[in-house]
Amino acid sequence: MSASTILQRSLRSGGLVTGAVIVVAMIALACAAPLVAPYDPNAQDVLSVLADPSAAHWFGTDQFGRDVLSRVLWGARISLYVGFVSTSAGVAIGTVIGVISGYYGGIVDRLIVAATDVLLSFPQLIMGLLLVAVLGASLTNLIIAIAVTAVPAFIRMARGSTLTMRERDFVDACRALGYGDLRIMFLHVLPNILDEIVVMASLWMASAIRTESTLAFIGLSVPPPTATWGGVVRDGFDNLLDAPWLAVFPSLAILAVMIGLNLMGDGLRDASDPKGK
Amino acid sequence: MTMEQGNPALIVDGLTTSIRVDGHWYETVRDISFSVGPKETLALVGESGCGKSLTALSIMDLLPPKVARITRGRIVVDGVDMTAADLATRQAMRGDRIGMIFQDPMTSLNPVLPIGFQIGESLIQHRGLSRKAARAQALRLLDLVRVPAAAERLDAYPHQFSGGMRQRVMIALALACEPRVLIADEPTTALDVTIQAQVLALLADLQEREGLAVLLITHNLGVVASVADRVMVMYGGDVVESGPVGAFFDIPSHPYSVALLAAMPRIEGGGDLQPIPGQVPSLPEMPTGCRFQARCPLRMPRCAELPPFTPVGGNPAHLVRCWARSEA
Repeated sequence: MSASTILQRSLRSGGLVTGAVIVVAMIALACAAPLVAPYDPNAQDVLSVLADPSAAHWFGTDQFGRDVLSRVLWGARISLYVGFVSTSAGVAIGTVIGVISGYYGGIVDRLIVAATDVLLSFPQLIMGLLLVAVLGASLTNLIIAIAVTAVPAFIRMARGSTLTMRERDFVDACRALGYGDLRIMFLHVLPNILDEIVVMASLWMASAIRTESTLAFIGLSVPPPTATWGGVVRDGFDNLLDAPWLAVFPSLAILAVMIGLNLMGDGLRDASDPKGK
Repeated sequence: MTMEQGNPALIVDGLTTSIRVDGHWYETVRDISFSVGPKETLALVGESGCGKSLTALSIMDLLPPKVARITRGRIVVDGVDMTAADLATRQAMRGDRIGMIFQDPMTSLNPVLPIGFQIGESLIQHRGLSRKAARAQALRLLDLVRVPAAAERLDAYPHQFSGGMRQRVMIALALACEPRVLIADEPTTALDVTIQAQVLALLADLQEREGLAVLLITHNLGVVASVADRVMVMYGGDVVESGPVGAFFDIPSHPYSVALLAAMPRIEGGGDLQPIPGQVPSLPEMPTGCRFQARCPLRMPRCAELPPFTPVGGNPAHLVRCWARSEA
């Protein structure tokens, strides 16, 4: 199927457009946080602690008097950045290993599959938790931990798709033209499985952001006072009964991005499905 | 198309290819020798499983690893011994000096790359052309294989072409680097009869122009009669008869060749097709000696020994491998 058909179908799919609008809007807000955030996210104002949402503080303030709207906007930068970078790294590494494993087969393939099975038997969160605990909580380590959880899933998918592609005649035709294995794997096989990988990557990014938020919620993300969504929810959790908005607004931000990314992933899958209309 | 004297572009000498079934290696192509010269077409004929495609894959070095391998023999393409060459040399030869077109044009092009790119890629790889020069050459090749409105279709994807057009694109791809040898594995089997004739005429035309040696693999004796110079009949991995097309159709001599011709549908004459009784024995059940003996009407005790090639009617170019013919 050609790229233009996929584009046409994408535009006709309401879910995909809605999802993309939400995600793009969130990214735009995160990028513009220094311009649009009304306050410094770390500035404490002892005179207005735990203030209700108002015209001055749309999302209220937390127990240190910090503006929650500003913290959610700045937190989006960390959360989206972690989600994007860790997913990209995990997808790239997993796909390359998966394509090589599926293309060559043999003993290396069997070892990779066995290792993948072991890694996949850990829930994503437990795996991330383990890695952050070992590596220490910092932005880089967080990205590494979440990327590592994505790698086995993409190895498995890329390997499976490569196995079916390897049997196709055009791969033999490539070999008959004297092309080397690297060229066949990455110039001929990879573009044929890329649509599936993009779909899964967009769904996986949602889960990476969720993992980051969960790790931040249990205190294993970027150290305070840096704002991340999960961290803002946790700060509000202590005063949940007095000031529910503290946890509600950042949770809504997480929810919105989850919905956006999932709509986008589903829409892309439908648009690239050759059996669709 | 006349046979030209001179250096054969392709020499196969004593080729034996084995495949592995349940841990045992069986000789599936046995001691095959032939050569094809420039502008010559050699047709390799036989039913499914006779080893003709395996022979082609052996020559192209496309045997699936671990389950098939060349156990003996030499393959020389344009003076280079492929069986002794290292991987880099073999890759440099494939697509450059020897090309192959496949049976099903629907699946042998990469579905996600534009065809102009796919044709150009081979030129970039083997000839070090720039992207721009490769594109210009791809356009010339599409014109050569008579794809209409070639300039507009360089950026089209394979699914935008019909089967016949795709086979033309495959031919352009195989001929991009002006190889000396072309292996055509059932190139027209997946096409309609009218398209078949067009593609065969195109191939014959290009062969004359480029001085190609063509190894045509087919089970269609009608195709053999119309385009081949020489024919080689295979059964169960052995060559059972070989000779010039005229002599072969005049005096088909091996009982299997006779049976094959009798099983061919004809327009004139009517009458029922004569099927060949039985089927090709499975690899572990291959008899020693002549492999056709179980289905042969002329079977005799000596068939347990492999017969030598003997000339038919005193013609040293027309050879048959059958005790019943050599004793007559």
